[in-house]
Formats: sequence, structure tokens, C-alpha cells
Amino acid sequence: MAIFLDENSRIIVQGMTGAEGMKHTRRMLLGGSNIVGGVNPRKAGEVVDVEGKELPVFGTVAEAMKATGANVSVIFVPPAFAKAAMIEAIDAEIPLAVAITEGIPVHDSAVAWAYNVEKGLKTRLIGPNCPGIISPGKSNAGITPSDICGAGPIGLVSKSGTLTYQMMFELRDIGMSTAIGIGGDPVIGTTHIDALAAFEADPETKAIVLIGEIGGDSEEKAAAYIKANVTKPVVAYVAGFTAPEGKTMGHAGAIVSGSAGTAQAKKEAFEAAGVKVGKTPSETAALMREVYKNL
Amino acid sequence: MDLFEYQARDMFEAHGVPVLQGLIADTPEEVEAAAAKIGGVVVVKAQVKAGGRGKAGGVKVAKSPAEAKELSEKIFGLNIKDHIVKRVMVAQGASIAKEFYFSVLLDRSNRTFLSLCSVEGGMEIEQLAEERPEALAKVAVSATKGIDLAEALSIAKQGGFDDETAAKVAPVFVKLYDVFVKEDATLVEVNPLVLTNDGEIIALDGKVSLDDNAEFRHERETMERDQLDPLEAKAKAMDLNYVKLDGEVGIIGNGAGLVMSTLDVVAYAGEKHGGVKPANFLDIGGGASAEVMAAGLDVILNDPQVKSVFVNVFGGITACDAVANGIVGALKTLGDSATKPLVVRLDGNNVLEGRYILEQAAHPLVTVVDTMDEAADKAAELANR
Repeated sequence: MAIFLDENSRIIVQGMTGAEGMKHTRRMLLGGSNIVGGVNPRKAGEVVDVEGKELPVFGTVAEAMKATGANVSVIFVPPAFAKAAMIEAIDAEIPLAVAITEGIPVHDSAVAWAYNVEKGLKTRLIGPNCPGIISPGKSNAGITPSDICGAGPIGLVSKSGTLTYQMMFELRDIGMSTAIGIGGDPVIGTTHIDALAAFEADPETKAIVLIGEIGGDSEEKAAAYIKANVTKPVVAYVAGFTAPEGKTMGHAGAIVSGSAGTAQAKKEAFEAAGVKVGKTPSETAALMREVYKNL
Repeated sequence: MDLFEYQARDMFEAHGVPVLQGLIADTPEEVEAAAAKIGGVVVVKAQVKAGGRGKAGGVKVAKSPAEAKELSEKIFGLNIKDHIVKRVMVAQGASIAKEFYFSVLLDRSNRTFLSLCSVEGGMEIEQLAEERPEALAKVAVSATKGIDLAEALSIAKQGGFDDETAAKVAPVFVKLYDVFVKEDATLVEVNPLVLTNDGEIIALDGKVSLDDNAEFRHERETMERDQLDPLEAKAKAMDLNYVKLDGEVGIIGNGAGLVMSTLDVVAYAGEKHGGVKPANFLDIGGGASAEVMAAGLDVILNDPQVKSVFVNVFGGITACDAVANGIVGALKTLGDSATKPLVVRLDGNNVLEGRYILEQAAHPLVTVVDTMDEAADKAAELANR
């Protein structure tokens, strides 16, 4: 098993025919993902040859699901069209939608999320502004390089793309069940807690690495959740101790506002919940290695 | 991006929110002229993005243009929480009967919008929340439904307004929500919203923050931003994601999380090397081309505080050999202007090819180190020499 994404995932790509969509459709296919089609209303009916595989293009997510049995959509459409793309995926009730797009106005993400809630949360939304999700050896929905690390017992949930890659690389000798990048925007679909709950329930996952960063209170909530609900060992890393107040550090959501959202507060919340926090990514990997030895 | 008060005022006016006349002025002479134009009692208000302007002496009431000019001479140049006053707004005076509070903002913790409302306004909202939490209504606002008149009335009632006043403020709340949505704001705050002796509702002071991600769909006149540090301005012109910090180790990396982490690791390593700290945040993103690398190095090497540079790249989508070629190409472009030592750590996709390229180039300023922690240590050591 893995969480949210596995060998039975049939993936369509919203915005497949665009430059980013095409580049990453190719990469996902080469990495072994089962891509079954794309969506672009202006190119509906066309067939695109990607690495020797004929991929049909559909007008809507609903049509693509009906024709291909797709249960995952990866969204690569530009920021101005991302809200419509997310709402289309939600309307089609696709079980998993992964929004990679960076730079979506937060009002659009807030509306898409409210819409998803009103519709009864039939779609799990991951992102936006994230690297996506990979269950090594099974499937990859997003832009995470497929070959960093293989399958294994560690679950990883992270706000940051490159730190996800870095941590997968550090722990490549042990391997991961699923690595999920939840994204660095102020409003996102899947949270640290959602991933923790799924990893706790997944028999293949034996230990969890959580990566957070400044801004918001997702890490503080995760710490409280771990203390109350997670029996598997968790180690954490938090980025942004040196970030100044009031400056956005790359990710739209990575900002310390007044005294809220600091790395120090997040670290203290984790430690109060009995979660070890590494000072650097390497030290965090070393902590996980210790945990793994004693499993 | 946070707006100045006068920008918020103009935005309110454009959306039909009742405001008083307000004119900006950059010199005491302009203040005098503005006060004469408005006539009667005016308020001279320092335009800085900091709270507590009144206490700091940045807000003064004047009965005549001459008095306005005289008072403004003491306001210009005032330092309010590290913001120097360079501009003031001359606002029409108001006869205030009552002061209220209203705001609508993005509530990221609950992934929704939130309205805060109180019939008790005027003091800082943090103070109100602490001293009289029961007087401050917090009402979740659905991003799909928004605030219509019925919802606005409900918010006003929850904020403690009587029926008569609620009926007066509710239409203003609806207009303020309009500002929030149509301008892609993450915060619209009015404090105080006042009832005048004439029975009118006026937004007397406003605070607006806008979402940078939404700028593409707004045609705004070039808004005067905070005065950027010259290096930040240069980086912005080159479309680089750069934040100036107060340290000695220049940082370039790919991915916001990895760069934040790099700053921390350098600060941590610096504890052993004379307390050196990171000099900046610079994320060159996924496609670290030679051009972007050169632009980034150019900005960082022009920071006189920088003593060494740490290039920290994890090749995910980008291959390390492309990054290495970028570094070599950048150093070639910069030529003799590159004078500070560079510590480079590459990992991930095509790492061996990348390291080989740097080894072959054998640039005298470049040291290649295998791990992030060791590289941070080396960069800190070089900055402390």
C-alpha cells in the first residue's frame, strides 16, 4: 500500500498539451506512471504521441474519466485558469486532483476549496503550488523526479518541493511508501494532518518525516494531532529560522506575520508533542535513520 | 503588498465606500495648499506602513492651512517604528460621534474568509481582542457566498450594533467586501469606521493588503511600493526572488524551502565562525540557467557586506551539469568583477557530471563541497576570514 496514489492510479493531465504539461507528462510516463489522457477543451479529439504512447485529449475531466476510467488528475494549467480547472475536477468528482501550478491568486484557491467543501469533499485536492505526490515504484503524479529514491517504509509530507527531493535523496537507502508535497500557498487542499492520518492508517508506512516552514499554523496543528492520534514515530524539520518578519520567502505562504508563524514556535510545538526536530535536513535524516534502526 | 492609507482611501472611494476628502503632500508647502483646497479643519496624517502613528506624533489636527504647514514640518522626517515619513495625507476633519471596527481578511488557518466586527472601535484591534474579546465578533465568511446585505446585517448585530446603526453600516460592509474580492485583497480593515454628528458613516482610516499572485489581473497605476533596498530593487528588475538580509554569506539556491533551509544551516554553521550570517534569500527556481545564475551572482557580488557565496542546488528537474555550466558561464560573464569565494554544493540529478564540470573549469574562486552542512561550514569559514 501507499497513500492516495498507487499502482491502480489512472492519471489524466489537465493542461497536458501546454509546454509544462507536456514536459512533465513525458517525465511521469518515463517514471512508470499510468497516464491515460489529457484535457484541453480546444484540442478535444486529438491524440498526442508521448514517448510512444497514444494519449487522447478530452474536452472535460468528466469525459476523460468516462472514457479512460481515470481516477487522478494532475493540473498544469496557468494561474489565470487554475480555479476553473480545479472546479472542473471537483465537479467531475475525480477522487484525486493534484494542482502543481504556482502563482494562483489566493482568492481563487479559497473559492475552489469552499466549493470542494460544499460539494462534500468528494475530491482530494493536493496543492496548489506543490510538487505533487509520488509512491515510488507505483506511480508519480506531479513533478518530483521519479528516480531519487525507491519504495520503502517511510512516509514523507512536506510544504516544500526541493526539500522533499532533498529528504528523499538523504533517505534513498531506506525508501519511501509515499512522498507528498502539500505546497507552500496560504490555502491548500491536503494538509499535514490529512497526510499524517493516512500514513498512520497505512500498514506499509512505519515511520513519518514531516517538513514544515514558516507561515500559518499547519505545523502547530500537526503537532497537536500527532500527540493525540499518531502512534508511528515522526521526525520533523522546519525551515525559516532566519527569515525576517513581514517578508515573503519565495512561497506565497512563507511569511512571519508579527510573532505568528515563526519556525521557533513550530519547533517548540513539535518538541512539546514528543516529535524530534532536526536542525538541518541531514540531521533530520539522521534522526529518522536512528528511528528506523530501532523499528 | 500592503498599501499606504491614502492608497486604501482612494481604493475605497473607487468602490463607493464613503470616505472624506484626502490629498497627498510631500512638502510643507504642498500641505498648506492641500489644506487650503479642502478648507476648514484638516488632519495631517503621516503615510507610513506602521501602527501607532498618533502616539508617535504622526497625526495632527490643524485649524488653518498655515497651522497645517507648520505642524507638517514636524511630521516630515519623523521616524515611526523605523519608517521615515516622506509623505503625508491632508484629510478633511470629521466630527465624530462614535467609532467602530470592521475588517475582512483571509483566514488561512481555516481556509476561508473571516470578518471581524465591533461596535467598539478606535483602539488598536489587538488591544480590543485582548481586553474586550467579547466585544469583537469573529464571523466566518464563505468564499463562494460572500457578504450580501443580509449577511452584513448579521455581522453588524454580532458586533454589537443596535438595529438603527446596523442598518447604516451594513451597506458599507457590503462595499468593503466588494473591495476585498474585486481588488484581490487579503486584508481590508477600517479602524475607525465612524458615525459623524451628521449621522453619516465614514471610513476614516483604512488598511489594505493585496495578493501579489493576483497582480496579473489588475491594471493598477504603478503603486508606490515601500522603498526597496537598492539590491532588492535591482533583483526585482531582473525578476529574481531575492530578500536582502543582514549577513556576510551570500546565498543562491533552487526552491523556496531549500533556500530557507540553506539560510538556517549557514546561520547555524556561522556560530562556529565569528557569528557570520546569511546575507540574503535568493531562489533561482527550477530552471537554473546560466543567465539566471549570472544575474543572481551579479546581485549578490554587488552586496558590499558579502564575503563569501554559497550556491546550494538540488538537481530535481534541473540537472546538475546544467547548473554547473550555469555557474561556469556566469563566472565567465562576470569576469574580473567576480572577486568573492564561491562554495558550491550540488546533489541529485547528474551530480557527478556537474561536479566534474566544475572540477575541469578549476576556477580559482570555486570550492566544491559534497554535502550541504559541510558546504555551509566552508562558506561561513570563508566569510569570517
